[in-house]
Amino acid sequence: MWRWLHPYAKGEATYRLLGHWLPWLAISAALSLLVGIVWGLAFAPPDYQQGDSYRIIYIHVPAAIFSMGAYTGMAITALIALVWQIRTAEWAIAAIAPVGAVLTAVSLFTGAVWGKPMWGTWWEWDARLTSQLILLFLYLGVLALYYAFDDKRTGAKAAGILALVGVVNVPIIHYSVYWWNTLHQGATITKFEKPSMATSMLIPLLICLLGFALFTAAMICWRLRHEILRQELHRPWVQQELIGQEKLN
Amino acid sequence: MAFSSFQEFIVMGGYGFFVWLAFGGTFLGLGLLVLRSVVARRHLEKACADHMRRQERLARRQKQERSR
Repeated sequence: MWRWLHPYAKGEATYRLLGHWLPWLAISAALSLLVGIVWGLAFAPPDYQQGDSYRIIYIHVPAAIFSMGAYTGMAITALIALVWQIRTAEWAIAAIAPVGAVLTAVSLFTGAVWGKPMWGTWWEWDARLTSQLILLFLYLGVLALYYAFDDKRTGAKAAGILALVGVVNVPIIHYSVYWWNTLHQGATITKFEKPSMATSMLIPLLICLLGFALFTAAMICWRLRHEILRQELHRPWVQQELIGQEKLN
Repeated sequence: MAFSSFQEFIVMGGYGFFVWLAFGGTFLGLGLLVLRSVVARRHLEKACADHMRRQERLARRQKQERSR
């Protein structure tokens, strides 16, 4: 049943597959981000309470959701790497972590800039904000561990264990607004009910969500391709890929 | 269109500073990520070329030593 997956344990096969996906992901990410952000900034109606400041939602919420989504994905690849010892899965940890870290930083930054006019403070040590800050530190820790060892596999293993242990933080972030009395508001769309948002505001948000998802996927593909090249730099197929056939002979 | 003029669009009902700071910061962050990947490819090409040149030099020296 899983036999079709086996060739992708080899770096070159995965590299080629990602190469097929990358242009489509990149183009659709750029298009949906452009449409979603322009729609959200210029065409969506202002909020009756927050005026035009609420427009930060169009980047804040997607960045926050996919900072957690990327972490969950990284934890799953870490599990695969640790259990089945598949090297491409190890490399995926290093490909996902920087993308997730940037998304987390963006969510924290846009949150602070949104918090200042609405809450009167850039930062508050409330449960949602603090747990999201811990997510950033987890990403940075995973990255630091990955590159901290002379033996690359040891580094990948250490990073994988931290990524797995740290996944406990993801549900904590999500439920923090229910479990504790936070300054941060509750969920608007990630719940099992009708979203508490007008359709005219919701549609551009959904497009932005799609755009961030595609952007995240594209960046991970791109970075994983580079990580595969880096790890197999001394193999003939990589030399052919990087330098080109004509210069080799 | 939620705004009647470009001026109004920039002012964002008085929240212009915060809205544009948030969007600017986001584009800076995502842009740096993209830029790093562009540069990474160039670094890889250089590392690969360096490695191949080293291998070639090594092979040449070994050949010389054998012929001596």
